[in-house]
Amino acid sequence: MSGCKEEDPRIQGIRTRIRVVPNFPKPGIMFQDITTLLLDPNAFKNAVDLFVERYKKENISVVAGVEARGFIFGPPIALAIGAKFVPLRKPGKLPGEVISEEYVLEYGKDCLQMHIGAVEPGERALVVDDLIATGGTLCAAMKLLERVGAEVIECACVIELPELKGRERLEGKPLFTLLESL
Amino acid sequence: MASQDGEDQRLQKIASAIRVIPNFPKPGIMFQDITTLLLDPTAFKDTIDLFVERYRSKDISVVAGIEARGFIFGPPIALAIGAKFVPMRKPNKLPGEVISEEYSLEYGTDKMEMHVGAVRAGERALIIDDLIATGGTLCAAIRLLERVGVEVVECACVIELPELKGRDRLGDRPLFVLVEG
Repeated sequence: MSGCKEEDPRIQGIRTRIRVVPNFPKPGIMFQDITTLLLDPNAFKNAVDLFVERYKKENISVVAGVEARGFIFGPPIALAIGAKFVPLRKPGKLPGEVISEEYVLEYGKDCLQMHIGAVEPGERALVVDDLIATGGTLCAAMKLLERVGAEVIECACVIELPELKGRERLEGKPLFTLLESL
Repeated sequence: MASQDGEDQRLQKIASAIRVIPNFPKPGIMFQDITTLLLDPTAFKDTIDLFVERYRSKDISVVAGIEARGFIFGPPIALAIGAKFVPMRKPNKLPGEVISEEYSLEYGTDKMEMHVGAVRAGERALIIDDLIATGGTLCAAIRLLERVGVEVVECACVIELPELKGRDRLGDRPLFVLVEG
């Protein structure tokens, strides 16, 4: 997240709309709930606008959104910048031929899939999710796009949890987030 | 179903952008894949515009979208008409206090959940999903909203599978779709 600049005045309105739910999905986790942001049409619009303003002149032709909350933020951004929207999904959901990328969880593994043919080599892509925690999911998303020859310009999230060091896990790929939470 | 002059071209484009995948998720099912529509920015925008044109002057304050493909179409509509977006989710995904509605599947049941407090009695709502098949999911969504006193103005989907008679299952709740599968 940009450090020294003054914060855009819209960000505080977004920050106050995010609800923290303790002990979800398990004890000890303070869950960052963006559904309350979606209940405020102005704040939701501001969040989308902040991303659109950043990316509309970057020649981005692909916005990839991670299931399921990336499906909420990705499409409005894609529509506004004239890019295609590509859903990245859990296994077994996409009906056509897919490529898969496995990634490590705290306990066990998970897998993200993308349709073959959705993205062409050389396309410039954004990856969108509501939040970056450890960065495992976003890494898998980036790998899927890079495996088919797309260039991931940036990962974009509403919220970053800096203590979980997701930014480092992205191995130098730029990350843009609207706000941080502890 | 939408069918006016200037719309016909947009609808044709939308219909031709949808890919049919045979035998998914199981043999005999012809799956209507909207992901190819999302790869065509103009056709995707037209899809949203057709819904927005219909609903923008209808005083709708809530757009409820059914997980997960309803999350793709609902938010752009909500943003354009100035409504809130309310996700309707599978069990245990929503973190706060929820109300649940069980509904029948071909074999067994499933549950849909909505956050308590997301909507208020008297609000006017739209329900969005990519497709209506039997109508079971949409019915569950309608019941969730009506249980908290919301008026469901219409259900809106990109695709209808008329042979599965979902429209009948919605009874007197209006249904608006763009194309038939």
